Amino acid sequence: MVTYIIRRLLLVPVLLFGVTVLIFGMLQFISPVERTALYVRDIPKNDKQIAGIIRKYGFDKPLHIQYWRWLTGTKDPVTGDRNGGILFGDFGYSRTASEPVAQLIKNRFPNTLDLTIWAVGPVILVGIWLGVQAAVHHNGIVDQLARMFSIVGTSFPTFVVGLLLLMLFYATLQWMEPGRLSNDFSREVTSDAFKHYTSLLTFDALLNGRFDIFWDAFKHMLMPILTLSYISWATFLRVTRGSMLETLRMEYVTTARAKGLPERDVIYKHARPNAMLPVVTLAGFSIVNLLGGVVITETVFNYPGIGSAAARAAVNLDVVTTLGFALFNGFILIVSNLAVDVLYGFVDPRVRLS
Amino acid sequence: MTQTTIPSGDNSLLPSTQMRPVGRLERVVGPDNYRILVGLFKTPASIIGFSLIVFFILIAAFAPVLAPPKATGDPYQIPRDGFSADPKPPGTEWVRNAPPLPFWWKAITGRDEWVHIMGTSAGQYDIYYGMIWGTRTAFRTGLVVTFVTLIIGVVIGSVAAYYGGAVDNIIMRIVDVFLILPGILAALILAAVLTPRIGKSLIPTMTALIAFGWMGYSRIVRGDILSVKERDYILAAHVIGVKNYRILFRHIIPNAIFPTLVLASLAIGDVVLSFAALSFLGIGTEIGYADWGQILSFARNYITSLNTYWYILVFPGMTLVLFVLGWNLLGDALRDVLDPRMRGKI
Repeated sequence: MVTYIIRRLLLVPVLLFGVTVLIFGMLQFISPVERTALYVRDIPKNDKQIAGIIRKYGFDKPLHIQYWRWLTGTKDPVTGDRNGGILFGDFGYSRTASEPVAQLIKNRFPNTLDLTIWAVGPVILVGIWLGVQAAVHHNGIVDQLARMFSIVGTSFPTFVVGLLLLMLFYATLQWMEPGRLSNDFSREVTSDAFKHYTSLLTFDALLNGRFDIFWDAFKHMLMPILTLSYISWATFLRVTRGSMLETLRMEYVTTARAKGLPERDVIYKHARPNAMLPVVTLAGFSIVNLLGGVVITETVFNYPGIGSAAARAAVNLDVVTTLGFALFNGFILIVSNLAVDVLYGFVDPRVRLS
Repeated sequence: MTQTTIPSGDNSLLPSTQMRPVGRLERVVGPDNYRILVGLFKTPASIIGFSLIVFFILIAAFAPVLAPPKATGDPYQIPRDGFSADPKPPGTEWVRNAPPLPFWWKAITGRDEWVHIMGTSAGQYDIYYGMIWGTRTAFRTGLVVTFVTLIIGVVIGSVAAYYGGAVDNIIMRIVDVFLILPGILAALILAAVLTPRIGKSLIPTMTALIAFGWMGYSRIVRGDILSVKERDYILAAHVIGVKNYRILFRHIIPNAIFPTLVLASLAIGDVVLSFAALSFLGIGTEIGYADWGQILSFARNYITSLNTYWYILVFPGMTLVLFVLGWNLLGDALRDVLDPRMRGKI
């Protein structure tokens, strides 16, 4: 197990290096003159000034030096202040949000985390439950319906599902609305009386004893959660069903039945735990993806997470912000993938031994 | 001519070996691949899927008949009936800037004036026209992106598998790096970086989808080649001194690539979906270009009144869903055929 973890840990710097190079590479599509515009806020008066900025930030230097500067930033020889440097958390200044990218991420990420926490249950558990039911009633009506759902379900693009939900629950029934919080509560949440313990809105509301705010915030997450669940159910259903069918054909299951165990125990105690192995991987991936911000879902419902922020920056061609989000996402995904792999090593002995 | 001698004696206990007739197609593609092709057209679901795709191909082919473009200008530019903001319901008469009337319209409805069959979207873009010509956009982007990703994926995957060792290791780590960012986000970012360079068109989005779309193919091809590589005829080729690249491109790839080809052709649905998602977010073509995702994105400005303006969501949404459903139904059939446990059942 220890060697497995060490081997997996050794991969992390490689991946980190790869992601930074990839994103730095994307930055190269922008010419030095355009890149100066990303760093200055007033319009340069003449070419000489632009040349000065290019020299100052080293855009005329060889690529590997530029890359190093981009990673670590430059030290001002007089004041000793560090300028830039993504390793030190300076992702640049966001033109569209009018604040540093790091600050933008810090504001947005808790919302994404909040959504992830509440979405994990319905997204994963219901899909697994459906899959097990389909496999147990193999070729029965439940199974046929489930299969049909999984094909038709995957054919509905996220944004179509989202807009249909908005049409039904918001425009027609007016039960829920997009966004994060109703206007009345947004003012209250920013006031001093409301203490931010965790910066996750629903938990803060509970800790402040404000069930009305909690319910309001939760209601705003219902449509995103429904959308996310709907898209992932099809996948979870398919994987769980396949794995469960395979397990139910194994000889130890026949043995369990032969020795007279009730069918309930055979399915839920003997077959299901072993059928869950591929599902665990899938669950890991889907949590990791939720954490990375679900671009389309957040955008459709105007939910202020990192996904919608990245999309907005990209649409407004705000390259610094977009790449900042890409970096942050890359870091999160690498770290959480590592966690998933290590956990998986604990669950399935075959993985750590191979 | 010598006659094959049949062993004398009583052969009645031997099973009669009746040869299955082998068609020309089966001879050309080989028995395994033939099984895949036949399996694709066996179930009702896959036939429905295939029909849907044929339906869309016909729409794309007959776009100028179904929705005649204006005599001048780019046919992919959706004609606008004025500029007012609010959508108009299906059946509204086409007042300004109407394109020519299709000949079948009068025969069916007996009316002389062209109407907005599916209504207009925000800014008076005709939804029907956008759907018809958007089908061409969908096929164009889907085919090009799939073809190029496939080639890149196959070349990279086969080089990694064939040379093995350090080359394989480095290439597969690069694949890992490209897989870190979720596909749609990565494509979104690259498209955003490319758009100021290239300008708003199909190209930045397509490039982005290609740049982050090849990794799956290279993984599959690598696996398939690793298994073909060990066959005896490859060893034989080595022994008689055939050059490396010739072994790879003439002996290994043709024998390993068929499943990947089928997979790729069915990935067109996914590509179109990702493309629509990106243009829905606002990356991609100029406003007014016939492109499903973009027409859907108009609905975002009207979420408070989607119950009144249902047609700006339902028509484009259903078009996209049917298109993707067609490919998914075929893909599902393919998954069954490619599943080794199903071998011999079809």
